[in-house]
Amino acid sequence: MSEETPVWKALNLAMDAEMSSDDSVFTLGEDVGLYGGSYRVTQDLYARYGEWRVRDTPISEGSFTGLAVGAAMAGLRPVVEIMTVNFALLALDAIINMAAKIPFMSGGQFPMPLVVRMPGGVAKQLAAQHSQRLEHTLMNAAGLRIAVPATPQDAWWQLRQAIRSNEPIVLLEHELLYFSKGRLDTDLPPPPMHRATVRRPGKDLTIISYSHMANLALKAAQRLSSEGMDIEVIDLRSLRPIDWDCCVNSVRKTHHLLVVEEDCGFAGAGAEIVATLAERCFPDLDAPARRLAGLDMPTPYNGTLETASIPTTAAIMDTVRQMLVPGEIS
Amino acid sequence: MKRDTLLSMLHDMLLARAFEERAAQEYTRGNIAGFLHLYPGEEAVAVGVLHGAEPNDYIVSTYREHVHALVRGVPAEKVMAELFGKRDGCSGGMGGSMHLFDQERRFMGGYGIVGETYPIAIGIGYSIAMQELPEAVICFFGDGAVNQGTFHESLNMAALWKLPVLFVCENNRYQIGTEIHRHSAMTEVYKRACGYRIPSEKVNGMDVLAVHQATRSALQRIREGTGPQFLEVETYRFRGHSMSDPGSYRPNVEVQAFKDEDPVTVVLEESIPDFPTESQLEALGRDNIVHLTGHMRQQGYLEMEDVTRMKGEISKLVDKAVDFALNSPEPDMHDAWRALYCNRGQEVLI
Repeated sequence: MSEETPVWKALNLAMDAEMSSDDSVFTLGEDVGLYGGSYRVTQDLYARYGEWRVRDTPISEGSFTGLAVGAAMAGLRPVVEIMTVNFALLALDAIINMAAKIPFMSGGQFPMPLVVRMPGGVAKQLAAQHSQRLEHTLMNAAGLRIAVPATPQDAWWQLRQAIRSNEPIVLLEHELLYFSKGRLDTDLPPPPMHRATVRRPGKDLTIISYSHMANLALKAAQRLSSEGMDIEVIDLRSLRPIDWDCCVNSVRKTHHLLVVEEDCGFAGAGAEIVATLAERCFPDLDAPARRLAGLDMPTPYNGTLETASIPTTAAIMDTVRQMLVPGEIS
Repeated sequence: MKRDTLLSMLHDMLLARAFEERAAQEYTRGNIAGFLHLYPGEEAVAVGVLHGAEPNDYIVSTYREHVHALVRGVPAEKVMAELFGKRDGCSGGMGGSMHLFDQERRFMGGYGIVGETYPIAIGIGYSIAMQELPEAVICFFGDGAVNQGTFHESLNMAALWKLPVLFVCENNRYQIGTEIHRHSAMTEVYKRACGYRIPSEKVNGMDVLAVHQATRSALQRIREGTGPQFLEVETYRFRGHSMSDPGSYRPNVEVQAFKDEDPVTVVLEESIPDFPTESQLEALGRDNIVHLTGHMRQQGYLEMEDVTRMKGEISKLVDKAVDFALNSPEPDMHDAWRALYCNRGQEVLI
C-alpha cells in the first residue's frame, strides 16, 4: 500500500496492526474509546477490541499513566494517550519517577513496555496552557526514549516499533500534523526507530530540526535554493537517543549549523544539539552554530503574537541568509 | 487456625523485629546509608495481611517495606544485601532500602514517592482483570499517603472497573512528623474509601489475627469478583520516621504506652515472659503479639521452648544475612548500565 494518508490515520492503522497481532496491547486515555480519540487516532478501535483494550479513563492523568506502568510490569503492553502534552505535567511522576526508573531500580528485573502518546505543540490559538512542548523536560529523564515523527510514514513505523519495544517510550505528536497528508508505504521496511533522516541533501548549511519544524525547515530550504543556497535538512525523528553520527557527518560537509525548534530555546533540545555538536565538530564549523527557537514566553492567545512567538518558514530563511551572507545581517 | 500457620506468623513477627533492629545497628555502623525507614511496632500488619495472600497475588509496597518483602519470602540475606547496596541484593544494589523488588515472588517494588503505590496496584489489577485471572493485588500505603491526588484517582478507577485490589492503609498516625489530626480533615481513613463505594473496614493493627481474618475475608470477596476492598489497619511505629528522625514530635508517654503493650520485646528478652491471662488480654485491647501468643498458649499450641528455639534460629538467620551482605561484592558501572538497559534486547536503536 502506498498512498496519501494523514498522520492520524497512519497512527490509527499502526494501533490496529499491533492490537490485532498482540492481545497484550491495550490503549487508554481520555476519550479514546466511544469518542474515538480527540485526533481520531483510536477511531473504530473501541468497537473492534472492546472496552478492556480501549479504555476511556476519568480525567486522572497521574493515575491512569501510573496504571499503565503497573500493567506493563504485569506483562501487558499499554499505549497511553494523554490528550495534550500540557496535561502530561500531571503525569510526570508516572513517566519520570516510575516508568523511567523502575527497570533500573529493580536491578533489571522489570521490563517497561510502555508507550505514552502525547499530542502537543503550538496549534491554532489554544493559549498558553494548551500550546507547549515538553521535550526539554523529558529529554532530561534518563531511562526514557522519545520519538518525534513528522510524516505519516514515520508515525506508522515509529508507533509500531514503540509498542514492540520493552523500553518506556514517549511519542510526541504535533497537533498541526495530524491532518497533514503524506505517502504511507506499509510494505517498506522500517529504519531503526531512532535514526535521523536527511530530508534534503545540501552542501552549504545544515538545518537540524524535528516534528512540525522539520517540515518548515524543508520548505525554507526549497525556497532558498532559488537564491543559490544549497541547504541540508535533517529530521531527527528521535530526541532520545539522538542520531549524532548523522548530525556530525552533515556538519562536516556543510560547515554551518542551524537548529530549529518550536519550544523555548532556553535549556531546550537546541541547546543540547548545539552543545554536543560544538564538542564533536568545532573545527569543522566555519561560523558559530545558531538556534532559532520559540520565544522564552508562554504562548500568546492572539493569533499575530502567537505566530511571532515561534519560528516560521520566513524566519528560518532569514536566519539562513544571515548565516551564509554576513553582509545581510540587520 | 492451624498450629503451623500460627507458629509461622509468630516466627515472621519475631524475624521482622530482629531484622529491623539489626538494620538499625548496621546503619549506625555505617554499613547502611541513605534513608532507612524501620517497621518495629507494625509487624502485625505485614504478617497478618501477607499470610492471608496467595503466592500468585501481587504485592505493591512503600518505602517502609523491608518486612513486607521478608514476610513475602524474599530471603533475609537478599534484603540485607540490598540495604548494604551490594550486588547480591534483591535489586542488585540499584534500589536500596526504599526500592526492594522481587519479580519471582511478585513483590512489585517499594516506592519512595508517597502516593505511587495506588496507580501501580490498579495497573496490575487491570492486567489481572483484563485477562480474567484468579489473582489479586495488595497495595500498601500509610495514612500520610491518603492526601495525595493519586489516592482519589486510583480508588475511583479501581471501583469503576471492579479491579481486584486490596488497599491496605497502614495507619500509624504520623505522616513523618505530622500527626493525623493535623494532616487529615477526615481521620477515619476507611470512610474515605466508602466515598468511592469500596467496601471498607477498620482493623486493629496490633492484633495479627484480626488483620489476618479481615484480609482473608477481603481477598475472598475480591476473588468473587466484587471489585476492590479497603482495610484501614491501625498501628504504631516505635521508632521515628527514618533513622535520621528521632521522633521528638511525639510525647514520650504516647510511645511508651504503645511499647508497654508490645510483646515482641517481651518474647525476645532472655527471661521467660509472663504471658497475660485472658482477662488481662481483654484489658490490653490493642496489643498484637500478646494476642497471638496468648491465643496460641490457650490452644495449647505454644510452649516456651518453641519461642526460645525460634529466637535462636532467627538470631542466626539475621547474623547470616549480615555476613552475606558484608561479603557480597559491590556492583560496578557495568551492572548499572545493564540494569538501565535491561529491556533493550536486540533492538537496533540508531
